[in-house]
Amino acid sequence: MSRSIRTLSARARVTACTTVVALSALSLTACGAGAQGAGGGKVKVGLITKTDTNPFFVKMKEGAEDAAEKSGVELVSAAGKFDGDNAGQVTAVENMVASGVKGILITPNDSKAIVPALEKARAKGVLVIALDSPTDPQNATDALFATDNVKAGELIGRYAKAVMAGRPAKIAMLDLAPGVAVGVQRHDGFLKGFGIAEGDPAVVCAQDTGGDQAKGQTAMENCLQKAPGINVVYTINEPAALGAYTALKAKGLEKKVLVVSVDGGCTGTNAVKEGRIAATSQQYPLKMAAQGVQAVADFARTGKKASGYTDTGVTLVTDRPGTGVEAKDTTFGLRNCWG
Amino acid sequence: MTATATTPSPYAQLTGPTTVRRILTAPTTGPLAALVLACAFFSLTTEQFLTGGNFSLIVQQVMVVGTLAIGQTLIILTAGIDLSCGAVMAFGSIVIAKMAAQGTLSPLAAIGLGLLVCAGFGLVNGLLVQMVPLPPFIVTLGMLNVAFALTHIYSAEQTVTGLPAPLTALGETFPLGNTDITYGSLVTIALFLAFAYALSSTAWGRHVYALGNSPEAARLNGIRTSRLTVGIYALAGLVYGIAALLLISRTGVGDPQAGQTDNLDSITAVVLGGTSLFGGRGAVLGTFIGVLIVGVFRNGLQLMGVASIYQTLITGALVILAVTVDQISRKKAR
Repeated sequence: MSRSIRTLSARARVTACTTVVALSALSLTACGAGAQGAGGGKVKVGLITKTDTNPFFVKMKEGAEDAAEKSGVELVSAAGKFDGDNAGQVTAVENMVASGVKGILITPNDSKAIVPALEKARAKGVLVIALDSPTDPQNATDALFATDNVKAGELIGRYAKAVMAGRPAKIAMLDLAPGVAVGVQRHDGFLKGFGIAEGDPAVVCAQDTGGDQAKGQTAMENCLQKAPGINVVYTINEPAALGAYTALKAKGLEKKVLVVSVDGGCTGTNAVKEGRIAATSQQYPLKMAAQGVQAVADFARTGKKASGYTDTGVTLVTDRPGTGVEAKDTTFGLRNCWG
Repeated sequence: MTATATTPSPYAQLTGPTTVRRILTAPTTGPLAALVLACAFFSLTTEQFLTGGNFSLIVQQVMVVGTLAIGQTLIILTAGIDLSCGAVMAFGSIVIAKMAAQGTLSPLAAIGLGLLVCAGFGLVNGLLVQMVPLPPFIVTLGMLNVAFALTHIYSAEQTVTGLPAPLTALGETFPLGNTDITYGSLVTIALFLAFAYALSSTAWGRHVYALGNSPEAARLNGIRTSRLTVGIYALAGLVYGIAALLLISRTGVGDPQAGQTDNLDSITAVVLGGTSLFGGRGAVLGTFIGVLIVGVFRNGLQLMGVASIYQTLITGALVILAVTVDQISRKKAR
């Protein structure tokens, strides 16, 4: 999606300057003006995402940038190098505290390992807010703005149950990774919505995909090898769902199998419109970031800290309604999608 | 990769006609200039950069990769490469954390076991490289996967919390003037100094350079090259064990996801520090400068509010530049 041209060019200018100076050691004076952060007196807000390559976090950053502009604060951002990179996030927290941010918004790569770094930041009076997923323990941050992932799973579970209308289900579950909270919550929510317990014989296959399309495809291929009669596929996110669809299509099963997912990215929502995914639980990263930035701006103005958990909402998006589960169509979905 | 027979000895630079030439051809000169320039640039562009607290922070941020890079330097000096260092460190850290947190071993015994385990990995790497013999790239690539899998099996994908105090002691700080210094940073600096001394001023150090320049010539000169090579890999493993302890002390947990890109990051530091991938040329203090260059850019760009992806871009360009400079200076030295 389109990024604000102005931000891009400003950043590109800074980077170009930095690169030129660093690499060829030209005169240092040329860049002085362009590299200075605008407005020395502005309140700074730090945003630390899991990675800076995942569209979900790119969108989150956009939301934060827009909100920062509206509230007249300055946004600095950083990210881990890969999904699960805790050390990179610790470094970013330290650097942001050193640069004098008023608050830090973070999507933790490792809910436990990040805690000591966040505690140090809070001890220095920085407001720390978790976005998208909580820390462990949750009170290691001042507040949490996130999707209720159990509810997200539950919605597609109830939807799948209604579509199956009593026919015996053979379910494949394409999960995230062991022990990652988001994945566990969606998984558990789906089972709850479908009305079965963990270990139910209806679940004929469960594989980890890391939320990756290629791994999703591999997992689905392996599940079809393992249990040919699969008719419901739960997926942790849309890339995994699209990988699963590719595997199903190769076997000529794409019309016979119900694929449900979570995320509501634009690519995924389009796939719902085209019928490759039956339904998805859409979440709203822009809202998470915007509310987080607002909370830091309020803290700077009034000294009042945000606290507790704020549910940023989730909506079932499908063009095959009539299941009794409250849903919106893909027109709504595409209007509100991210990525 | 062919090491030419005309490779200059590491002492070639010491026989140059003038001090000036000696300084210009020393492998650490370029990196040091780059570091000073980068520091000057960030000092001018951000007011928070040029503070004692910030420098302490940078050293603290590079202590884990820096320590790994010491082991990596030793191996690269022998014209080898170690892709397994980050994974070995991660396994060591899980062993230390789990043993101590469960109370299976006392904290100090757990640390001892972690060091031994890492040294064991290094020893196996060395034996496979030297005795079979196999290319270091392949051996350590295999070991990367072995160590990575063992980490995830043994930890059951769970981050280990509730560590006893001795495990995190090196992450504590002490005040120096108005700056907080992390004990772990001192450990890393001490290791760099110790290895710099060992490589430049002991017979063992001379043997390492000789082995890197020409294993055959070293053997004919009576150096026990087999034993030396295996020893270097085992020693590197032990250093990774120390990095494991520093990692735990920095994060306060045992994290099975840790260290996944540290192998390439440590190689980056070694190359930026002017050590040649062809072996026999370079210095461990150069590696310290190399790791600081990466740390200074990351920290400085962060303070400027530049997105982290550009730090990656600049680091990549610097690596290519460093290798180019290395090649050109080798040609000149002939």
